[in-house]
Amino acid sequence: MILSEKLASIGYWTHFVTVALFALGLIGFLIRRNALIVLMSLELMLNAVNLLLVQISMRTGTSEGMVLVVFVITIAAAEVAVGLGIILNLYRMKKTVDLDSFRSLSG
Amino acid sequence: MQSILLIMMLAPLLGAVTNGLILRPSHARLAGSLATVASALSFVCAVALFSQVAFGDPVAVSWPWIQVGDLNIDWSFRFDRLTSVMALVITGVGTLIHLYSIGYMSHEKGSYRYFSYLNLFVFLMLVLVSSANLMALFVGWEGVGLCSYLLIGYWFEDPEKAKAGMKAFLVNRMGDAGFLIGMFFCYRLFGTLEFQQINAAIDSKSSFDIQMMNVAAFFLFVGATGKSAQVPLYVWLPDAMAGPTPVSALIHAATMVTSGIYLIARLEPLFVVTAQTNGVIAIVGLSTALLAALIATSQKDIKKVLAYSTVSQLGLMVLALGCRAYVAALFHLVTHAFFKALLFLGSGSVIHALDGEQDITQMGGLRKKLPLTSLTFLIGTVAIAGIPPLAGFFSKDTILHAALVSDFRLWLGGAAVATLTAFYMFRLYSLTFLGAYRGTAHPHESPWVMTLPLILLALASIFAGFLGVPHEFHWIPNFFEEYLKPVIPPYEFEGTLALSSGNAMLVTTGLAVLSSLLGLVLFSRAKKSDQAPVLIRPFQMVFSNKFWVDELYGILFVKPFQALSRLMAFVVDPKLIDGGFLALSQTTKRFGSWVVLFQTGNVQWYLFLMMVGLLGGMIWLLSGRVI
Repeated sequence: MILSEKLASIGYWTHFVTVALFALGLIGFLIRRNALIVLMSLELMLNAVNLLLVQISMRTGTSEGMVLVVFVITIAAAEVAVGLGIILNLYRMKKTVDLDSFRSLSG
Repeated sequence: MQSILLIMMLAPLLGAVTNGLILRPSHARLAGSLATVASALSFVCAVALFSQVAFGDPVAVSWPWIQVGDLNIDWSFRFDRLTSVMALVITGVGTLIHLYSIGYMSHEKGSYRYFSYLNLFVFLMLVLVSSANLMALFVGWEGVGLCSYLLIGYWFEDPEKAKAGMKAFLVNRMGDAGFLIGMFFCYRLFGTLEFQQINAAIDSKSSFDIQMMNVAAFFLFVGATGKSAQVPLYVWLPDAMAGPTPVSALIHAATMVTSGIYLIARLEPLFVVTAQTNGVIAIVGLSTALLAALIATSQKDIKKVLAYSTVSQLGLMVLALGCRAYVAALFHLVTHAFFKALLFLGSGSVIHALDGEQDITQMGGLRKKLPLTSLTFLIGTVAIAGIPPLAGFFSKDTILHAALVSDFRLWLGGAAVATLTAFYMFRLYSLTFLGAYRGTAHPHESPWVMTLPLILLALASIFAGFLGVPHEFHWIPNFFEEYLKPVIPPYEFEGTLALSSGNAMLVTTGLAVLSSLLGLVLFSRAKKSDQAPVLIRPFQMVFSNKFWVDELYGILFVKPFQALSRLMAFVVDPKLIDGGFLALSQTTKRFGSWVVLFQTGNVQWYLFLMMVGLLGGMIWLLSGRVI
């Protein structure tokens, strides 16, 4: 039995893993105060989406999802580089990466 | 010949630019010489062009300027016989006055500015008289107004003088509005602004709406009343004497103020047919002449007397225009340019000699101290008084003849003006040059650069009259009328006169001589403490206060306008306009102060809001509703 058939026989419950992963990421993204953790939560959400894309791609037997995943990973890498740079600068500015201390965007 | 026309016009412009942009205050003598040379070059070109048009065809140049739909206006210039007369006066008298200015402005620090304006004036005046259409003429018309403003306010540190400049500019503005309206009417009527086409259209006897022609002529005449200082817009000219005296001679006596006369003479075919407007023109001219002559009898400032005299003489020219005697008006324009420039320059020489004193009650007895000035001033006085055989006699008689032909009452008024003119001019001469010296300064005769123009203008004032000898002396031909025949057809008269023209001439000349003697006798022994006889005093008060016209205008126009300005400045602007915008901005600000509550600065709060929005959008999309 090839992998796609195997997956198809598993049922839809594997999607819930991705949803749970995404929800975890989202919650971490919204409520954690450490900028590094926020960035990691962001990665978690991206990877949840990646997982979903791979699953669906395998289930339907098409390759578009796979291709998209490669793109997402590439962009995520770039994004992490930028994000870490920003966080580094934030730390240089205030000697902390606690997001509560960066509120100067207020109106 | 076209290049000579261009050189004639551009030489003063070049002088103006060089003087204004390149020269510095240290080049005082160079400035004057340069300006004079530029003007003289222009005069030489004008003479060359004159000899061309006297024996050949007019010279014309043109470039395209405005082309919008049917409207087609060119920069077109045409030097014909009428233009040649004006151009010779402008450049000839202008050159003499430039020369004179070198002496008069010798104590001045920044005279390059003065000469730059003066040259610019000559250029724009030449544009005015050479242009072949109303639009280009209007450019010159506005330009000379600008130069007049700049030169009246030349000593702008003195607020009175700066104000006089502004007054001249503003009063002229009203006239110019009339000119523009008249121009629009002309375009509406004839579909063109070219003089030749307008005049040809009228001459071709094609039918035009005569009422509309009257209106067009009337508004053009309103323009002329502004520039040529007629009732009710004459008030700027006496105040314009605040400028340097050579400016008064060139701009406010000889050339610019005659541009209204020139305009009407140029559009002679239009004005010949507009009978109703001609009535208005004649009455305005006569009332200006009378009013100004009466005021001139009681003025104490030497330049004010001459200024009112100028207004009065311009009134006579306008009277002639109203009587359709265009050649007579132009002839008086020419002779007046000579003797009034002479008188103004003479008064400038006196003022220069007395270190700026202008009050004739502080003068007297200057005949011995300023012999040359005195002699030339006397010649000018005799000329303007209309005593034969000097220039003023011939030109004034031509005008009075025209008045007699058109209406006996106009002639009576004109004769009264002539009589008054002789009286106040001899009063001025007697008070200035005869009797005992009443002032404190130490007068000295002026340098040759100032006396030479006086002598030349005096010669012109003596002999210019023989150019246009009236028809009563039929053994001498009227060169002036003959010369202008191709441009302005001579004046035809049929009918009987209330008074034969020869007798009329005798009467006016006799009156002029008598009133001259009266002026001499009454004022030649004047003393400082002299008072007018009780009988005359009320009249004197009215005249010396200029009929309170300025005060009347102040109450009628200036005060209400100031009140309106105050209303605008202190009520409408701060309350209505500022208030309106303030309310708008306050509302925006208040609204903003609510919205700002959402902006906590916490990035994660923004992200939460974004997520809520995304979720909401997703639910809405998934619910499948269209809206």
